[in-house]
Amino acid sequence: MENKRQDIPAIELRGITKRFESVVANHNINLSLKRGEILALLGENGSGKTTLMNILAGIYKPDEGSVMIDGEPVTIHSPEDAIRHGIGMIHQHFKLVDVHTATDNIILGTKDTGFFLKKSRHNKIKELSEQYRLFIDPNKKVYNMSVSEKQTVEILKVLYRGADILILDEPTAVLTPQETQKLFEILRHMRDNGCAIIIITHKLGEVMEISDRVTVLRKGESVATVNTKDTNAKALTELMVGKAVELSIDRPQRKHDGNLLEIHHLTVSDENGVDKLSDVTFELNKGEILGVAGLAGSGQKELCETIAGLIKPRKGAVLYHEENIIGKTPAEIIKIGISMSFIPEDRLGMGLAASLGMTDNMLLKSYNKDKGAFLSRKEARRQAEGLIDKLEIVTPGAETPVRRLSGGNVQKVLLGREIDSNPNMLITAYPVRGLDINSSYTIYDAINKQKEKGVGVLFIGEDLDVMLELCDRIMVLCGGRVTGIVNAEETTKEALGLMMADAVKKGEGEQ
Amino acid sequence: MINFLFAAIKAGTPLLFGTTGEIITEKTGNLNLGVEGMMFLGAFAGFFIGHHTGSVVLALLASFILGALGALIYAFLTVTLKANQTVSGLALTIFGAGFANFFGQIMIAAAEDGVPKLPETFMNRLAEKPIPVLGSIPYIGKLFFSHNILVYVGIIVALICWFYMKKTRAGLTMRSVGENPGAADAAGINVTLVKYMNILLGGGICGMGGAYISLVNGGGVWNNNCVNGQGWIAVALVIFANWSPAKALLGSLVFGAFSVLQFYAPKDIIAIPNAFYVMLPYLITAIVLVFSSIKKSKEHSQPAGCSINYFREER
Repeated sequence: MENKRQDIPAIELRGITKRFESVVANHNINLSLKRGEILALLGENGSGKTTLMNILAGIYKPDEGSVMIDGEPVTIHSPEDAIRHGIGMIHQHFKLVDVHTATDNIILGTKDTGFFLKKSRHNKIKELSEQYRLFIDPNKKVYNMSVSEKQTVEILKVLYRGADILILDEPTAVLTPQETQKLFEILRHMRDNGCAIIIITHKLGEVMEISDRVTVLRKGESVATVNTKDTNAKALTELMVGKAVELSIDRPQRKHDGNLLEIHHLTVSDENGVDKLSDVTFELNKGEILGVAGLAGSGQKELCETIAGLIKPRKGAVLYHEENIIGKTPAEIIKIGISMSFIPEDRLGMGLAASLGMTDNMLLKSYNKDKGAFLSRKEARRQAEGLIDKLEIVTPGAETPVRRLSGGNVQKVLLGREIDSNPNMLITAYPVRGLDINSSYTIYDAINKQKEKGVGVLFIGEDLDVMLELCDRIMVLCGGRVTGIVNAEETTKEALGLMMADAVKKGEGEQ
Repeated sequence: MINFLFAAIKAGTPLLFGTTGEIITEKTGNLNLGVEGMMFLGAFAGFFIGHHTGSVVLALLASFILGALGALIYAFLTVTLKANQTVSGLALTIFGAGFANFFGQIMIAAAEDGVPKLPETFMNRLAEKPIPVLGSIPYIGKLFFSHNILVYVGIIVALICWFYMKKTRAGLTMRSVGENPGAADAAGINVTLVKYMNILLGGGICGMGGAYISLVNGGGVWNNNCVNGQGWIAVALVIFANWSPAKALLGSLVFGAFSVLQFYAPKDIIAIPNAFYVMLPYLITAIVLVFSSIKKSKEHSQPAGCSINYFREER
């Protein structure tokens, strides 16, 4: 690394173009990155950030353009090539083998420890983790790890391979504010040691905090590269969106009174008898947005699915206008007049039929309104096309299988369909995950409109900044228990972070 | 009782080969339902080469190669062309059975008395004989150290495969490919190559199981339908063995025992028609599948990537 000159970019991309069928994901993109620098890659949803980075990591092959590393043109055919050039990518969805230990995931695919798997391999990894001050238990199986531990393993994995060009795809999406700070410490430390780092993130606050320069992508093209210190969040947003955007989130005054849903002592166990939710009690009022914060896997999924009637709790009651809806099937719940919209976390698994087009996915929600044996696709098609217009969904057409759409567009299809059904209660799990700022705001507006109509909204979220601005109250879950319910106006991000880690002394939270 | 267990080990050996081969295949992420077909291919190749050359080594080698060639068809379809694994495996089963029947029939037609036989010297090499010293231990000697040479080959192959999977880097690589090909790919592993190698290895081992059936169980005479469902039992045994070749040793013994029970059950005490005993291994297979569908720990269940074809640019 020493003999590489500092003024030659570690990575330079020239005119990169990548197409998926008729969709152009990247068009003529230029980007460069020096050693000892953190570059933030910012762009709207579907603007091609991940695609571009996957090209660098050898997952995708570009259709046009060239990649230069340290001033020399290279072709990256496979992840193996990328590793050889010192490029390590930490993917948004971790590329780890669940049933293997941290050590085995780290050494996987490297060729330097001989033919046999020796016991001493764990010690080597332990030494490596101590050297970088990234502490992990080398013998721990990945499926027993928290998200932040998994991320640490991913970082060690690229370091073990000697990567000095790091790409992180939305690394903070699953971390608490405290864990994010820790990650940033590590990244700064690596930058100071001469690594080149690219970080993809949606959170403008983080861009301003961690990066030295920002490259902005819009609709698959690189529109600008600016020094972080010469810009601000508003200017960046305008570059991303291409027009001025109001950045604050509205929190309309609540206009409706009365209670919509009461949850009492809800306890849910999984098939192994482990409690996923224990003794959860709260209420949701009309025209209120109740945020649910917590680390991934704190019981959010179980809470949503129990209320939606998909899983049966071991104990507890869900009262809707004082009627217990536990034990009723989703169809019965709809029949007694609860129009509930559920936007699950797993959008392609539970929310939509991945291999069907938008039209057919609209029909899934509305087919039983048709009389007779035959379906009328005309209405559904019109609805689908309406959504494409209204939410600016990028798709080749209403009949293209939804799994071909990018994550954010899939989310728009789902949310659009649910809101179209005029619910009086809306459950959304991570409704803006993977969405760009512009469409996030479209979604927030849509949710606020529902609130003003008197809909009770349960908003499972991950971005605390957003929840603090949008929600009326925030409930924090940790390990399946409620560790606090607070008014959003009277709390801080740090306080929520502590509750998420259950570090608040008992009795301090309003339980 | 000793005789019964002895026969059970003998009858379990082809299952052991088949199970081990299929474990290797599934651990690399491919469900190959063509075990029956690859065993048929191996059965024919082993017998044909044994018939013509009289060499046990060449016969085994030929069965391995033909089994692996069968697996190559499957690997090409599923890994390269990304065809559906279940259908490709079933096609291989039908192909293998047809191949062995067709060429077996030609062999029968070519034989002088219509009965293709293995040379006497060949059969002598495969005869059961006690290993010196060890074989003379009472009971144990008879049970474990008086088998034909192929039984030991089977046990050694299973143990080597266990060692390969658990203790070598290549084994870690192939297990990773089976669990999460995306992760293995991102770690710089050539997923396609690893899959091909292991599917071929697994197929070859299945082929050797077929050779055991035609060379040992057949008593030196070719029979067109010799494999007769044992490949399917091997597929089920993979689940019974929790995808571990070491546990396959026990599993194949249990199933071997069921398949020879009819000859050793005390008929004067329990009078059950023979057909019941013939059916028994299949019934047990069905029961095992029901019980093993109850969820187990993640490490001892089917590899997460099994039966899903990997395509790097999938979005």
